[in-house]
Amino acid sequence: MTRLARHRLLPYLLLLPGTAWLLLFFGVPLAQLAAASLYDPTGSLSTGYAMTWALGNYPDVVQAYWPQLSRSFGYAGLALALALLLGYPLAYAIARKAGRWKNLLLVCVVAPMFTSFLVRTLAWKTILSDSGALVGLLRDVHLLAPDGRLLATPFAVVLGLTYNFLPFLVLPLYASLERLDHRLLEAASDLYASPVQAFRRVTLPLSRPGLVAGTLLFFIPASGDYVNAELLGTPNEYMIGNVIDSAFLVRLDYPQGAALSFLLMAVILAVVFGCLRRAGTEEVW
Amino acid sequence: MTGMARETPAGDLRLANLTRRFGALSAVDDLSLTVGQGSFFALLGASGCGKTTTLRMIAGLEEPTSGRVLLGDRDITALRPYRRPVNTVFQSYALFPHLSVFENVAFGLRRRGIRPVDGEVTRMLSLVQLDGYGSRRPAQLSGGEQQRVALARALVNRPQVLLLDEPLGALDLTLRRRMQVELKRIQTEVGVTFVHVTHDQEEAITMADTVAVMNAGRIEQQGAPADIYEFPATAFVANFLGQSNLLAGEAAGVSGGDVVVTAQGARFSVPVGRARAERGPVQLGVRPEKLRLVGSADQVPQGHQHVTGVVTDASYLGVSTQYLLRTGWGAELSVFVANSGTSTPVPVGSTAAACWDPRHAFLLSASS
Ligand SMILES: Nc1ncnc2c1ncn2[C@@H]1O[C@H](COP(=O)(O)OP(=O)(O)OP(=O)(O)O)[C@@H](O)[C@H]1O
Ligand SMILES: [Mg+2]
Repeated sequence: MTRLARHRLLPYLLLLPGTAWLLLFFGVPLAQLAAASLYDPTGSLSTGYAMTWALGNYPDVVQAYWPQLSRSFGYAGLALALALLLGYPLAYAIARKAGRWKNLLLVCVVAPMFTSFLVRTLAWKTILSDSGALVGLLRDVHLLAPDGRLLATPFAVVLGLTYNFLPFLVLPLYASLERLDHRLLEAASDLYASPVQAFRRVTLPLSRPGLVAGTLLFFIPASGDYVNAELLGTPNEYMIGNVIDSAFLVRLDYPQGAALSFLLMAVILAVVFGCLRRAGTEEVW
Repeated sequence: MTGMARETPAGDLRLANLTRRFGALSAVDDLSLTVGQGSFFALLGASGCGKTTTLRMIAGLEEPTSGRVLLGDRDITALRPYRRPVNTVFQSYALFPHLSVFENVAFGLRRRGIRPVDGEVTRMLSLVQLDGYGSRRPAQLSGGEQQRVALARALVNRPQVLLLDEPLGALDLTLRRRMQVELKRIQTEVGVTFVHVTHDQEEAITMADTVAVMNAGRIEQQGAPADIYEFPATAFVANFLGQSNLLAGEAAGVSGGDVVVTAQGARFSVPVGRARAERGPVQLGVRPEKLRLVGSADQVPQGHQHVTGVVTDASYLGVSTQYLLRTGWGAELSVFVANSGTSTPVPVGSTAAACWDPRHAFLLSASS
């Protein structure tokens, strides 16, 4: 083999293990899932499923689970808005104002990740519980009715989503704000931009790559999540993740679960591409 | 145009006892100066002497520890940078990478709510010879082009004062010379006060109406370039702006319109008008190009003064040849001899005398 040929082949050789892994553990199950979403819905796990190309599964699940679907994106969207309100100032402060505390603060942002997702969410369940100190305090100051609750409300679920996925938003945002050259802000201020205008015209556009990345990293897992609704909500707060979970593990309705999974994936992909296209046309360098 | 630049009458820029301390270091130390309206003022000085800090205080990007900045009758010391009719061409350009060249130039106009901007921006881009570059990104420009965008971005606002922080530092010699001519032309054309920081003394001398030489946070001397060059006030200035031969000596008072100086056993004289001290320890200065090299003391022209020594080095510089003459007491004089084709080269190792007309010498107080 000549050197040149070897050089040409090398990238493919390097790609081989990853590609094989993806094909085996992602491609095959995905195809299997796609097939399952088109099975005859009258079948069952015990009697076996027949492949009938039942495209009707899709409109059926949308009709049946429309509330959970819209709730998923509604809650995830609300949580995203909250996370942006909390996360942007946080990332900004860490990147530009924290000085020597920067690394410590970053560790603090990531620290919750050292414990399991489930444990953290269960901790919130305790904090928000009816007999907890928080509810007691809120009732005492009449911010909450005497029989009002925090747990098992949409509020608790959105709060949980915000809390659990906040670091995914903060870290990319931090990275792009940290990179921002402060001399550009001085130039803006030299060119008659007030602090607010400098933020809007320079800081915000230049942090857009981090904003897009953080939004996606937050929104994708948040909209598919089922743990927060399960632990902090009631069936009234169930999101599409809960339905898929029960379709596969409780009701054993594979065609329905598969169709819902694909639907969720399609919507998220649409959101991602929409986001990236927009970011692309506004030309983030 | 209805910008703030036109609302208030422009005036002289005055810095009064301006001081900026960073911890124990006085980056700018009790600095006072006046820059005439519409003039081209060059600030010259070694690295770290406080030039950028001075400009930043004028722009409002750095807060003075004490002192005031005045524009005409207006005290702008406490004014936020975005409220000052002052714009800066930054050393690093600081162009907005996410905006096109056009939007970079339009930035200041838009922030002040001026509309439409197209005419102004296009005119300014053509002034800096960047017609048709409007839609490019800063990353797609060469260093010289970026520099011109930075200039256009500041100039389009027609500020009362334009601050230039070594804007030509990154350019090659040809482009730098071209931009110097360009800058000077623009300055004359728009009549804006320019405060120009530079390391390049030739640039300062050729472009500026007034040059100020800064050293360790203070102004050592300011004035017209020729005045400073011909009659420097301190040894620092004498050697920072061009080269000088300085001989340590002792002044013994005035005699017949001349200050009499004794240096290394020989007597010299300097006209009173060119002496900064008349008594006590002094330094006698002569520029290398004011010295002439002759074979021996007999050949020194009438009325000239001289020192003798051995030629230790001759370096050909193109337009001239630089000779080093080591005197009997160990001082080394530098002599420029123009390569006019009429002088014969002096061989290294031969003895020679360097002579000068006393009217070309200057006398500095040794303590400076
Ligand atoms: N923010 C700061 N903190 C501490 N010291 C500073 C700060 N800015 C400047 N200095 C110090 O003040 C002095 C003057 O700095 P300045 O940037 O004004 O120098 P300069 O004359 O512009 O030098 P150069 O020609 O190298 O650009 C330097 O010794 C510098 O180290
Ligand atoms: Mg500087």
